[in-house]
Amino acid sequence: MPILSKEEAQALLKKVLSYSKADECEISLGGSEGGNIRYALNAVSTAGDIGTLSLAVSSTYGKKTGTATINEFDDASLEKVVRRSEELAQLAPANPEYMPLLGPQTFKEATTYNEKTAAMTPEVRADLVAKSLDVTKAANLSAAGFLENSTDFRSVMNSKGLFAYNKSTDVTFSVTTRNAEGTGSGYAARGFTDVSKLDTYAATKIAAQKATGSVGARAIEPGKYTVILEPTAAAYMMENMFRGFDARSADEGRSFMSKKGGGTRLGEKLMDDKVTIYSDPFNPDLPSGTWNGDGLPLEKTYWIDKGVVKTLSYSRYWAEKKGVKPQPGPSNIIMEGGNMSLEDMIKSTERGILVSRLWYIRMVDPQVLALTGLTRDGTFYIENGKIKFPIKNMRFNESPVIMLNNVEALGKPERAISVESYRSYMIPPMKIRDFTFSSLSDAV
Amino acid sequence: MKRRNFIYLSGVGAGAMMLPNLPSFGTPIDPAQALEQVDVRIKKELADVALNTAKAKGATYADIRIGRYLNQAVITRETRVQNIANAESYGVGIRVLVNGCWGFAATNNVTKDGIAKTAERAVAVAKANAKIGGKPVQLAPQKGYGEVSWKTPIEKNAFEVPIKEKVDLLMSVNGAALAGGANFVNSMILAINEQKYFASTDGSYIDQDIHRLYPNFGVTKIDASKGAFETRAALSSPVGMGYEYLIPSESEKVQGVVTRYKDRYDMLEDVKNATRNATEKVSAKSVEPGKYDLVLDPSHLWLTIHESVAHPTELDRVLGYEANYAGTSFLSVDKLKSGNFKFGSKNMNIVADRNQKGSLGAVGYDDEGVAPKQFDIVKDGVLTNFQTIRDQAHVIGLKESQGCCYAQTWSDVQFQRMPNVSLKPGKTPMSVDDMIKGVEKGIYIIGNGSFSIDQQRYNFQFGGQLFYEIKNGKIVGMLNDVAYQATNQEFWNSCAAVCDERDYRLGGAFNDGKGQPGQSNAVSHGSATTKFTGVNVINTKRRIG
Repeated sequence: MPILSKEEAQALLKKVLSYSKADECEISLGGSEGGNIRYALNAVSTAGDIGTLSLAVSSTYGKKTGTATINEFDDASLEKVVRRSEELAQLAPANPEYMPLLGPQTFKEATTYNEKTAAMTPEVRADLVAKSLDVTKAANLSAAGFLENSTDFRSVMNSKGLFAYNKSTDVTFSVTTRNAEGTGSGYAARGFTDVSKLDTYAATKIAAQKATGSVGARAIEPGKYTVILEPTAAAYMMENMFRGFDARSADEGRSFMSKKGGGTRLGEKLMDDKVTIYSDPFNPDLPSGTWNGDGLPLEKTYWIDKGVVKTLSYSRYWAEKKGVKPQPGPSNIIMEGGNMSLEDMIKSTERGILVSRLWYIRMVDPQVLALTGLTRDGTFYIENGKIKFPIKNMRFNESPVIMLNNVEALGKPERAISVESYRSYMIPPMKIRDFTFSSLSDAV
Repeated sequence: MKRRNFIYLSGVGAGAMMLPNLPSFGTPIDPAQALEQVDVRIKKELADVALNTAKAKGATYADIRIGRYLNQAVITRETRVQNIANAESYGVGIRVLVNGCWGFAATNNVTKDGIAKTAERAVAVAKANAKIGGKPVQLAPQKGYGEVSWKTPIEKNAFEVPIKEKVDLLMSVNGAALAGGANFVNSMILAINEQKYFASTDGSYIDQDIHRLYPNFGVTKIDASKGAFETRAALSSPVGMGYEYLIPSESEKVQGVVTRYKDRYDMLEDVKNATRNATEKVSAKSVEPGKYDLVLDPSHLWLTIHESVAHPTELDRVLGYEANYAGTSFLSVDKLKSGNFKFGSKNMNIVADRNQKGSLGAVGYDDEGVAPKQFDIVKDGVLTNFQTIRDQAHVIGLKESQGCCYAQTWSDVQFQRMPNVSLKPGKTPMSVDDMIKGVEKGIYIIGNGSFSIDQQRYNFQFGGQLFYEIKNGKIVGMLNDVAYQATNQEFWNSCAAVCDERDYRLGGAFNDGKGQPGQSNAVSHGSATTKFTGVNVINTKRRIG
């Protein structure tokens, strides 16, 4: 079984650690089991059921470290992987940035595991997909979707006495619905720790409405528009920014968090007052593990507070160099919202565009976090508080930092999945002024 | 290409990302052990367990891939080694066809018992899914090859090269950048070895040993007073070669405004040029938006070919199998069958070829046991074919698969992935200098940068590494903040000239992403320098705060 209990993991790690002859040794163990169904044209295309277990050993002599990994677990293989890492460490040059391993730490129990999700079978997956297909078959639409569940554990033990273990479950579902003529397309995505919250029928209904509603899209002129980004679109737009709360790259002058003339933008007001972004391992809708790769405990952390850069992450090395406390990067991201519903946002918009989903976002200029990408699967023109007609998709060239300076209103945060990284975030729908579209696309 | 997949390439997935920075040195980890292949007789025995179990449980077809994957990443920055990850992964993936529906299961328990149980799981998955309904899978016939083998034709196995040698090279690269005035430099060498054994109920037992190599660096120059920084990445290409790629040869260098490389790569020379280029970029003129003729170097054009031609000609996209993720295509089966769908100008000749030496996609057999052949995709500007695998061939009237099936690892199901898709060189003798002489107002673009294209592959935007302004047939200086936007067919119909075969070079990527769960495919795209007329260029400069 690739999912080991805390006790089983501890016993295995102790055994591997007992082979160690190095000054310091750290062993990481991780396993995953789960399955997926992929469907298209209203039928299953591929499906899998996969289990994996792997182990990595890092041995250190002085400041010289070597690492080896393995996924075979007989005693001989386990000892072999330790010897391999030691052999490599003996040949290594000293790393001036090496930080001694951490001793025992105290971790709060994570809330990332759900029994029902862990118990999912191929039949459960097939039933959930069948419910999605009930919608599209009845509506004479074609569905392409993906359902995946996983149960994971990871554990680490080191020769200084640190031990950490976490087990988690996750289920994600996404569906794209298209009409037979290929002139309308809609999308919905959902992710949960607990599978009983997943309603594939309801999600597919929304995607189907968008597919039907987007038929007959008209072209409008590219330019600056007020946009209402649904959480799925907003999450993907901001994902690049979430990776940028790193103090070292900011100090080094190669980040949008770098200050002109040197230093970081820590403490600067970089965005609108309405923008508050934090991470919290114990968020009930988006729980995360409670320790990072270094073995540091994770706590609730504000990264942006009312538009001000509140925290940057510091590796243990960079923290020591700068004389500050180490700060692990975010394990999850939650953005505070407002009270406005999506419907109210539309009602309050004189002229604007409702964006369901964004696609193929890539960095154009890291200095200002300028990104390009396109709308997809349901883009609608709003006039005098109402959705008037579907419009053709458009390419944007915009920075999430500039965008978050132009926030007019926020709704209630929802768990949203980035369409590319498949990471989940808690993100509100947002109304943004002066969002820059640069060209039209005929893609449906 | 997808960020998610880089994790796999730089180690062993999430597990590797948990590790601290790992400096390392010296000889490779136990090379004899790392390179020791599992005995082919043992693999055949194990494969037969899977195939027999699947058949006994009701499968009408089954295949098994026993995979052993070795990855090595040597990663450095400035004067230190940042990470060396030697990772290996061993396991099996079993695919079965039951009641006309696919099922797949995978395990790292590579024993007869583990494999039998996994085959049973695969059958159970297929049976559960068959209840959903849909058209039964129709497999194109494939003869069994019996017991055969294939190996990437390498001269020097990268895993046998001492890590010290790789570290020394990267440290020299970093040293040259810092000596040249760079503020930061990162460099790396990635090596991959896929030892794949495929067997199917058709009677194939195929043993393959595939090698790939990817050297790269990034140089950063900072102007703190302006709060500005610029980078230039290596003009190397990832290749389906051994370490010989990093042993430079003067005859493989392409001289010009900056040196580019063909089949062999001089990393040390390139980083010196990159450092100079990054410094020049900080003070380069910001581009005036408008229509330009573009002269695109193969180090840049490969990515445009990849996004605008190779992806939209994947039949699974055309049919809608990727609709939920990577999208569909502006092309259709009807457009293909019309026989006269004009994709581009008559200069556009696109060919698919998994046999191309040195390419990333080169294999002897694909991941469902088909020996691939070369085939035309666009001929004289007209669409002539799509990329297919066994369960798609019948859709476009083919009697056999075109060998386009691939899985990222043993634990991923195989599906349709692009082969090497390339633009054929022009037949009329033409050098790059000849081409530039004929341009009045243009931009010469070298190296790939930002890239984005819509889900049906109409509208795209590409950046690059280096932009040179062309006025009245001459390069007059460097530009910055350049990206070009075009719609697919308009762009390819503006393809005015392609240099001849002397300038033909491969570019490519280790990590072309597709599928759910996402998988990575390594693929090369060849071209000679090519001219496109009247393309819309935008200025990408923005400011915050």
